[in-house]
Amino acid sequence: MDSLQERIEGLDALIGARLGGATVNLQPIPGEVPVVQAVIGGRDELPIFVTAADEQILCICYLWTEAEIVPEKRLELLELLLNLNPSIPLSSFGRVDDRYVLFGALSRDARVDDIADDVATLSDNALDALNALSGYLL
Amino acid sequence: MNVIAKIVTLLRGSARELGESIVDANGARIYEQEIVDARAAIVQAKSELTGVMAKEMQSAREIERIHTEINRLEKLAVEALDKEKPELAEEVAGKVAEQEIELEGQTQSHANYALQVSRLKDLIKSSESTIREHEREVQIAKTTENVYKATQSISESIGASGSKLVSAKESLERIKKRHEDLSDRMAAAETLDKEFGIKALEARLTEAGIGEDAHRKAKVLERIRARHDAAAAATTTTAPTA
Repeated sequence: MDSLQERIEGLDALIGARLGGATVNLQPIPGEVPVVQAVIGGRDELPIFVTAADEQILCICYLWTEAEIVPEKRLELLELLLNLNPSIPLSSFGRVDDRYVLFGALSRDARVDDIADDVATLSDNALDALNALSGYLL
Repeated sequence: MNVIAKIVTLLRGSARELGESIVDANGARIYEQEIVDARAAIVQAKSELTGVMAKEMQSAREIERIHTEINRLEKLAVEALDKEKPELAEEVAGKVAEQEIELEGQTQSHANYALQVSRLKDLIKSSESTIREHEREVQIAKTTENVYKATQSISESIGASGSKLVSAKESLERIKKRHEDLSDRMAAAETLDKEFGIKALEARLTEAGIGEDAHRKAKVLERIRARHDAAAAATTTTAPTA
């Protein structure tokens, strides 16, 4: 399990290269399961978290919490998210506890280049999604 | 109950418990034990299968041999009758009867072996599907646990670092603002670069004696001189009359 850090060696530079030379900062998050935070320069408020489970690597971006949704638009937003899901390249909407997330799942054997692709795409998707859906948020 | 159904039940209750209860260590261990058992069952069944299939082939060969033997004996009995030796024919018939009893026994065994083979093959198939099913369930359970635990770590880390969680809208505005600032700065830099670039070039041109500015001083001096000379000339021409 400790090998997450080894597996993502060089990920910062690879993500940066995909996002027009942005500075990327990787930071391990202490806890029971291996999590690494990737902060992308200029998008500091939308970090991507990379975590490894037994069979998968998950890249997660936390979008908003339940409390941030305009109450009367909630159902419309949920339906929209379901409809959007199949269209968004490599990423899917989901919810963990009361946090809405956009995430990408990769095989445990994914190469660091694949992880970089996923993180970069996820970051772009998250930013676009926030932009498009901010009307549903308080 | 399958794992997804279990997760659905938990989600309809309190999602907060999900991280722990979906795969309380016990549940995961049960699944994992079942996977180990199913693997062991496959190894056992495969080794038995080899033995039983060998016996099935042996009994098939034995049946074939008995059929040949019965054929041979019956021919001998027919010959004995042809040669009017009924007592010999009777003796041979006795042998055929013995062979027939053996044939029945072998046929019975062969059917049993065939049945065992198909039972063992079914067992292997069902154990393999048990493994696949449980592995998938363990994976779903562990992924769920992992995501919830990761979220917990991330929340705690954000709390511990003292950085305030900003709303998504605020985050978006900050990112946009930063992006606009960056674009503005880049535009400004471009303008500055253009201005300084052309001015620096013009200065160097002047220095090299090229362009309008290069002889400006000389031209001004020339103009002043001309005016001075003109004034002087006017004075000399008007002097005699004055």
